[in-house]
Amino acid sequence: MTSAILAQPTLGQRLAGPWRASVEFLRLLSRRPVGLAGFIGIVFFLLLAFVAPLFVPFQNDPSLVDIYLTPSPAHPLGTDFQGKDVLNQIVFGGRDILGVALLAALVSTVIAITFGSIAAIVGGRLDSTILAITDVVLTLPKLILLIAVAAILRPTSFVFLAVILGLIQWSSLLRQIRAQVLSLKERDYVEAARSLDLGLFHIVFREILPTMRSYIAIHFIFAMTDAMYAQVFIVFLGLVPVSGSNWGIMLYFAQGQGALFFRDSIWYILSPILAITLVQLSLVSFASALEDIFNPRLRGSA
Amino acid sequence: MTTAVAAKAQVRTAMNPRRYLGDAWRRPISRAVVKALLTIWVTTTLTFGLIRLMPGSPVELKIDELIQTSNGSLSYEDAKAIASGLFAINLNAPLHEQYLSFIWNLLHLDLGNSFLSSGTGVTSIILAVLPWTLFSVGTGLLLSFIVGIGLGLLAAYRRDSLLDRVVSTGGSLISSIPNYLLALLMILFLGVQWHLVNFTSMRGAYTSGMQPGFSLAFIGDIFYHASLPITIYFLTQIGHWVLSMRSATLSALEEDYVTAARARGLSDGRIRTAYVGRNAVLPLVTQLAISVGFIVGGAAVIETIFAYQGVGLRLLAAVTQRDYPVIQGIVMLTTIAVVVANLAADLLYSKLDPRIGRAGGASG
Repeated sequence: MTSAILAQPTLGQRLAGPWRASVEFLRLLSRRPVGLAGFIGIVFFLLLAFVAPLFVPFQNDPSLVDIYLTPSPAHPLGTDFQGKDVLNQIVFGGRDILGVALLAALVSTVIAITFGSIAAIVGGRLDSTILAITDVVLTLPKLILLIAVAAILRPTSFVFLAVILGLIQWSSLLRQIRAQVLSLKERDYVEAARSLDLGLFHIVFREILPTMRSYIAIHFIFAMTDAMYAQVFIVFLGLVPVSGSNWGIMLYFAQGQGALFFRDSIWYILSPILAITLVQLSLVSFASALEDIFNPRLRGSA
Repeated sequence: MTTAVAAKAQVRTAMNPRRYLGDAWRRPISRAVVKALLTIWVTTTLTFGLIRLMPGSPVELKIDELIQTSNGSLSYEDAKAIASGLFAINLNAPLHEQYLSFIWNLLHLDLGNSFLSSGTGVTSIILAVLPWTLFSVGTGLLLSFIVGIGLGLLAAYRRDSLLDRVVSTGGSLISSIPNYLLALLMILFLGVQWHLVNFTSMRGAYTSGMQPGFSLAFIGDIFYHASLPITIYFLTQIGHWVLSMRSATLSALEEDYVTAARARGLSDGRIRTAYVGRNAVLPLVTQLAISVGFIVGGAAVIETIFAYQGVGLRLLAAVTQRDYPVIQGIVMLTTIAVVVANLAADLLYSKLDPRIGRAGGASG
């Protein structure tokens, strides 16, 4: 991914390899404070969700005397309606959220890339069929559909939920990828590959997609934010059987227990809100910084 | 001689039904209508399949439940007959007949009866709540669109000024906060912590006991109750419109026709509205339609948080009560509403952009 920042690579940059490219990337990123903050935020939350649980003991014992405590050294973010430590739940509640977001974004991106590039390259009737299906899916009110699907299928595993989310949200990305491939298809190097009869597979995966790496990376991040939105949405509404702890489930309980209306419980309800919001903000600002770096036409002042 | 052959060929192509259909297909309006009908058909078929064909389908669940609650006094056949009545389908008929009668009933807006309040038609339940969602979502969306376009145009014209930075950073920040979190934060701070808004009195679509009608008091009351959802729809959408309009304006400003208009000595105001603004806003009209679907879905959670009596709240109530005919009806009717909104936007788009409307008719 990092080597793809060279939208128009000079010979020196290309020879310097991935290391130089990463350094160059960080240099470009450091000029964009918002993007850098987003990058740091993403790294922080990934560490919090996937590494921190290995070092912190899981506390799941309710303690009736400690309900809705305000922050203290023992409970840095206070306690919830059962007297459980909120910080501990934040640490252990990120893995599912981020895991589902990653997996759902992967599913939708793979669908969009595969069928978008096939549609653009093969063209003809296949193209119009894929495009017609995409148009239909694009118009469907996805969240309403998600509610109905979740109500009937009752997904119990988070992998299943991620696949449902991925299957619902590929449509707009497919259109964009198709448009990109259509314009790249006419470039000289693709023409050259075609005249050498290198085959569809080679043209898509070796010629066209590498040029689009940065574009795909950006849209992967945006797909993650969409998946996270829909996931917390469905968990918060209580439509997936609730088990374990994640930030959405924390919100669900906070709403269900009326924690919203106690003045002392503000840290309990603010913590998952802030965690989700900060992850979303980090992803969005990092993705826009990437857009800015990869697309030099928009860079600087006109 | 050659002209006669050409004339004959022309007659033949004009008569050719395939050619005729092709021409109709190339017309964006008919294509939009076909697309809309196709979408509605896909959704209804999907709902039909989901409700009836899934393992542990709601129909089977209802039959089991009926047998259990009757303590065995009800035979499977009797229970099946009752369930048939509730879903407004004949479960003993072969599948394709079930499907056809389902479509037939749908065309007559007969969506079966609610499980819980038996005898109440699903259609009347939905018609009671749908206007409130359309009203609040529509108002929020239009407000955010108009304000967002204005701010985006302004930001693009003053590129890199303080205003531009505040507007574009603020826009991207606020649009990346999920709407339900914004709603929770509003209740948390405006309602509970600072006591600025009495949101319990704002529950429902209007104050109970109020006489619905075209009185000033009633309209004021409607807006009072809808103000929180409208604010949320406004805040979560405005960033998107500002950013899209800003980038659309920036690219429109680079076009040759703008330079040409300047060279012809047209006033700045005229260039801004008739040339730049008009061309920049066109692609946003289609996005407006797509976001209708998104907001109607988001309304489910917003209406739940604010206890606003719209479609979303009713849908979630039906989900918790497992009232499947109501779920099915709401999913289908909201989809149809969203598809019709999309169709309207498509038609409006071809009206606003004459290039689109002429695409197929250039030769004739």
